[in-house]
Amino acid sequence: MSKRIHVSTTINGAPTEFLCEARQSLLEVLRDTLRLTGSKEGCGNGNCGACTVLLDGVPVDSCLVLAVEAEGADITTVEGLAHDTRLHPLQQCFLEGAALQCGICTPGFLVTAKALLDRNPKPTEHKIRFQLSGNLCRCTGYDKIVRAVQEAAKALDGNGRAEKKAAAKPRAAAH
Amino acid sequence: MAEHKTASPAKSDAAQSAGNGHAQTNGSTVAPPYRVIGTRPVRHDGADKVTGRAVYGADLQLPGMLYGAILRSPHAHARIKSIDTSAAEQMPGVLAVATARDLPNLKDKVANLGEGAVNLAHLGANVLAHDKALYKGHAVAAVAAVNIHVAEAALAKIRVDYEPLTAVTWVLDAMQPGAPILHPDLRTDELGEPGAGNTNISTHLHFEQGDPDKAFGQADVVIEREYRTATVHQGYIEPHVSTALWNNDGHLTIWTATQGSFTARQQTAELLQIPLSQVTVVPCEIGGGFGGKIPVYLEPVAALLSRKCGRPVKLIMNRADVFEGTGPTPGSFVRVKLGAKKDGRIVAAEAYLAYDAGAYPGGMIGPGCMCVFSCYDIPNARVDGYDVCLNKPKTAAYRAPGATQAAFACESVVDELAEKLGIDPIELRLKNAAKEGTRRVDGPVYDRVGLVETLEAARNTPHWKSKLEGKNRGRGIACGFWFNIGLKSSVSAHVNFDGTVTLLEGSTDIGGSRTSIAMQLAETLGIKAEEVIPRVVDTDSVGYTDVTGGSRVTFATGLAAYHAGLDIIAQMRQRAALVWECKVEEVEFDAGTFRHKKQSLTFRELAGKLHQTGGAIVGRASVDPEGATNGFAVQIADVEVDPDTGKTTILRWTIVQDAGRAIHPSYVEGQMQGGAVQGIGWALNEEYLYDDKSRMTNASYLDYRMPTALDLPMIETVIVEVPNPAHPYGVRGVGEVPICAPPATLANAIYRATGVRMRELPMSPPRVWAALAAKK
Ligand code: FES
Ligand code: FES
Repeated sequence: MSKRIHVSTTINGAPTEFLCEARQSLLEVLRDTLRLTGSKEGCGNGNCGACTVLLDGVPVDSCLVLAVEAEGADITTVEGLAHDTRLHPLQQCFLEGAALQCGICTPGFLVTAKALLDRNPKPTEHKIRFQLSGNLCRCTGYDKIVRAVQEAAKALDGNGRAEKKAAAKPRAAAH
Repeated sequence: MAEHKTASPAKSDAAQSAGNGHAQTNGSTVAPPYRVIGTRPVRHDGADKVTGRAVYGADLQLPGMLYGAILRSPHAHARIKSIDTSAAEQMPGVLAVATARDLPNLKDKVANLGEGAVNLAHLGANVLAHDKALYKGHAVAAVAAVNIHVAEAALAKIRVDYEPLTAVTWVLDAMQPGAPILHPDLRTDELGEPGAGNTNISTHLHFEQGDPDKAFGQADVVIEREYRTATVHQGYIEPHVSTALWNNDGHLTIWTATQGSFTARQQTAELLQIPLSQVTVVPCEIGGGFGGKIPVYLEPVAALLSRKCGRPVKLIMNRADVFEGTGPTPGSFVRVKLGAKKDGRIVAAEAYLAYDAGAYPGGMIGPGCMCVFSCYDIPNARVDGYDVCLNKPKTAAYRAPGATQAAFACESVVDELAEKLGIDPIELRLKNAAKEGTRRVDGPVYDRVGLVETLEAARNTPHWKSKLEGKNRGRGIACGFWFNIGLKSSVSAHVNFDGTVTLLEGSTDIGGSRTSIAMQLAETLGIKAEEVIPRVVDTDSVGYTDVTGGSRVTFATGLAAYHAGLDIIAQMRQRAALVWECKVEEVEFDAGTFRHKKQSLTFRELAGKLHQTGGAIVGRASVDPEGATNGFAVQIADVEVDPDTGKTTILRWTIVQDAGRAIHPSYVEGQMQGGAVQGIGWALNEEYLYDDKSRMTNASYLDYRMPTALDLPMIETVIVEVPNPAHPYGVRGVGEVPICAPPATLANAIYRATGVRMRELPMSPPRVWAALAAKK
């Protein structure tokens, strides 16, 4: 086994350190080392989006990020969306709008949609579909997912609760 | 939480009715109004699934757990001369290696798995290849190691000596004399008799009614066409995964992503030749199945590895393994001939269907034959079907298995018939629609079915009534059919002293069925959906339950929940009689309240008195119902075809379907939308591509192109309700039928847009472009 490397990050607001091998993906470390198994592996090669996390506010396929690249980064996973006992409006709207069936794609969609709404609180349907096109769902046909994002946008906008992060750093998104 | 409520149930109902109609017809089951059925509660497992807490198979971690990996054949067809695992076994960090030698030698034995049966000798050889690899991706050996990287490195040290053989992947080629033979001992089951000579054709089915030859002679119009469809995959986003622990007491526990924990247990026990009771299957949350997670692939292999090293072993497929090593749905060749009178009455029909079985016999040809003419009342018909082995993975069920290929052919010919006769395509279908009393070509006579109502509802949709204008645009319509199944389901339910009810069930929940079953129990008991706590439990904790498949769960497991509810009410009435010191017969129950003269107790109040009146109440039921009656859906598409690229863009889509009764309308719509979109992917893009050595070349999501959100418009839904008389709440299965119509719907739309009839799937841009070029 190769030598392990020490990495310091912030994950879901908590300073987090871990040891990893150079070849390990961020997804593998999140799931197997840190046991944050909310991020899913559907393909392992950047084509399904089930592993999407926010890296400094930008959605990335964590299966395509090496864990060592996360040094100093601020990472948000699906586990970081809800605050205490309160679900994020996206989570609430996914539930009320039945936007999940098997649910395996849901964490990736939630994280991608959060990135969209953080930057663009009033996206058009086309913009939502465009932003979500790196996330595959095989169960729903996307209709209820798109509607749930629209509902969440309204909710966030309506009560002015949009958690407007400092505008995301311009950096190539994975999607 | 309140300020997060963005769409109250009432508001979302209103939003739904704006876009989605809800046509009602009257039937004769437990009479509405209902208090729970037809509402849209948040699913019981919802919070777990939006927070990432739900435990799917891959999320499981056990102390001391090892990671496994599987070596797969690089050849589409090869004799395995030897396997040398010694170098892998000696690698540090490797704890076990397994090959087919570790599996008991199984004679031919057929095990019934509910939706489909399986020959165990074939299943065993599919799980780990014996003497031959029959497709690229066929599992050959397995390793368990301290982590996945060591396991994968160990695979590279296994030496397999292959003798490559000629392979075949197109069904008509595999049927030719002189084709490469997969199984030297295979003889065609020719209408029940074994045929003579080597062949890849495992079965020939034949159905006939009336006098088709005479009827074709009397028809005014006869149209005969040939159709081809490519192999496609179920495409569930969660790869197969299983973890096994062969404990020191000999008991085997398997945590797995399966559509049927009991059938997974049965297959595993049979393959390992150990008693059923020695195996517990724990169903994890499952990330999609669509029929593809009924056969076992990893379960017995993980068990073998665990037995060798005494530690839990987790096996996960990667995406390429899923495409190359697990059941896709059959590629097919279908020829359909229809004869009609001038007035549009279809009088004669004939079909020839040849379907891939994949590497081992037993594909989807049976349902293909059953479904090809199932939308219509055709007195004279003949169907011949062939199940054909070839060098592709063993096919597995995929949502209405076998029906979509057949519907593509039949519904395309019906469209040509309508055009030739100058009759509106819905009108022509209404003229011939199957109804109560129609005899299907394979024998069954329909009871109450809702195709006529569904077609009429389709004709009344805003979509069908709207005008489609513009260049290169066209509208298509087609019908789909699935017969739905019943099978066995068990539940038990205990009343908690606070008035809630815990419901234990064996049906793995792939798309919200916990809630649709809980709602039926809640309705029966007169309590709220949220007052039922549904739990999907392991094979030791509930009675036998068949697979989640065949669109059966809401129907059959829901029926079991209804009966368990009646059982609870009967016992509660006895307790009420104790409290009121009256006879049981004097206790009435209605809408959640027990009454005797002027006294009354709500369900919750009486539950609070169980302690004093004898303790807990457990209701239970086990059912094996008849009457999972047929489902129909009609779909409408508007498309625009780009003449320069051949790309088809969907402008608008509507699906109209008879659900019998929609228990949770959102999840019914979800099934309709999801099924329609899978059918759209099948129609427009998805296919297995092969190189000149019959090896799949596109085993990734990038190259096996499934629909994304950007490829689609909203999918409008209209739920028609023609209650199923065989279910207390009128439920029909809804999961499968929506996939059937889209390929024909799109072919018919593309024709109207371009004047070109597409008769091969997928109708991908290059194919449509070539067809347009040929027309010029
Ligand atoms: S697992 Fe990372 S994109 Fe599919
Ligand atoms: S809900 Fe199953 S893949 Fe999206």
